[in-house]
Amino acid sequence: MSLVKVEKLGKSYNSQTKVLKDISFEVGSGEFVSIIGPSGAGKSTLLRCINRMVEIDEGKVIFDDLDVGSLNKKELRKMRTNIGMIFQHYNLVPRLSVIENVLHGRLGYKTTLQGVFNKFTEAEKEHAFFLLKKLGIEDHAYKRCDQLSGGQQQRVGIARSLIQEPKIVLCDEPIASLDPNASKVIMDYLKSITMELNITCIVNLHQVEIARNYSDRIIGLSKGGIVFDGPSYRLATDNTDEIYGTKTVETRKLVTV
Amino acid sequence: MNEKVMRNHRKRQTIIFSIIIIVLTYLSSDITNFNIIHGIATLPEAVKWIFSNLFINGETLERLPKILEKLAETILMSIAATTTATVVSIFLGIMGSKTTGTSTALGMFARFVASIARNIPVVAWALILLLSFGQNSVTGYLALFVGSVGFLTRAFIESIDEASLSAVEALRATGATYFQIVYKAVIPQCLPQMISWILFMIETNIRSATLVGILTGTGIGYSFDLYYKTLNYNAVALVTFSIVLSVIVIELISNHIRKVIL
Repeated sequence: MSLVKVEKLGKSYNSQTKVLKDISFEVGSGEFVSIIGPSGAGKSTLLRCINRMVEIDEGKVIFDDLDVGSLNKKELRKMRTNIGMIFQHYNLVPRLSVIENVLHGRLGYKTTLQGVFNKFTEAEKEHAFFLLKKLGIEDHAYKRCDQLSGGQQQRVGIARSLIQEPKIVLCDEPIASLDPNASKVIMDYLKSITMELNITCIVNLHQVEIARNYSDRIIGLSKGGIVFDGPSYRLATDNTDEIYGTKTVETRKLVTV
Repeated sequence: MNEKVMRNHRKRQTIIFSIIIIVLTYLSSDITNFNIIHGIATLPEAVKWIFSNLFINGETLERLPKILEKLAETILMSIAATTTATVVSIFLGIMGSKTTGTSTALGMFARFVASIARNIPVVAWALILLLSFGQNSVTGYLALFVGSVGFLTRAFIESIDEASLSAVEALRATGATYFQIVYKAVIPQCLPQMISWILFMIETNIRSATLVGILTGTGIGYSFDLYYKTLNYNAVALVTFSIVLSVIVIELISNHIRKVIL
């Protein structure tokens, strides 16, 4: 049974250009999927259509048997609690401590007042510390986030998404601003999330090699359309050429998707 | 060659600009019958008068407790006006900012209120309110309050707009509600700037409170006015000195607070 089902998804920010056109794919539970493609191919938009951070123009997105596009505000918030999100720039509140940032992940489960007045249960706090320990940053729990390195901040981001107890984690270029070492650490953690917790991961990536090494399946996006969808080992040079538009038209025609 | 041309060009610009300023200054002083030379010539006289009349002597020091009492009243009123204005301004600021605003109509409303409150000077507010509230401290308080709301709302809108949207996006993605996002992602990010603006507002209000006090007959401004009109210049000197001193002390305190929070 698929967890996410995207049907003929289309999106445009203005009337002239379509960012996404006719996108269809399914992702099952516990899958690790990478979306690769050049800048401006629509990767971020596609990811944000799944939790409706951007509105869906055409087609449908089904998450966990819910039609994402037709949910009202309250239902949408409830659905988002099941979807973790990790960002390129970590998107933490820099002046708050690590533990406060992690607990932000629980806000979706709280009423407005509980959230505003920091009414977190002991279990939630313990869970937060458990996650920080697992990610190796429990020593920094009371430090301000802007004092941490990029790799550590991204781990805070991961902890914030995991404390939501999500069914899926959407990662928008999680390693694009990190050095190779920190990138490896982050990718290893993301991989272990799917392996140990059986949480689906959809990761936007720039690095084809990393996508091939870590993911079960790769979706190649170019100019708003899917040009490759298959297991990582089947991604050949021809495919990447087509995705990144590095070869001439003749070779592109030969590729069967 | 090219460099020479540019330098000559720059020179010519400077000369033309200077001539324009000199002509403007001459014309305006001529039209208003103001003689600059005469003004400067009387400066030593003025300084002499200040030093011979505005000094503090033992007799005036007896009035110190009364003056300090008035000064405290002025300072407390300024602080009260600022803190209450802050509460109103936070809501108007959240309404008016593009980051946190929920509807354009409310945003327009907030900016409109701020604009009216800010663009009418505090003194004008004091005179307008004087008609309906009479000569008492409520009038002074309200004048400062309105002015502060105008200024602080504007400052808060700017601070909130400057706060980065990334944390807002992250919290939205976790399913947080609007108020949770405002309190957890927006306010923590712009709190230091906000406190800085509030401190600045308290300083400004103490200065304006003196002026407003002259009009509304309250606080230290009233003492100033009273001694001035009874030609008790020594007491005027003491009042002025105490105002200057208190403003400097408040400024030092707020600078220290700024250093700690930023």
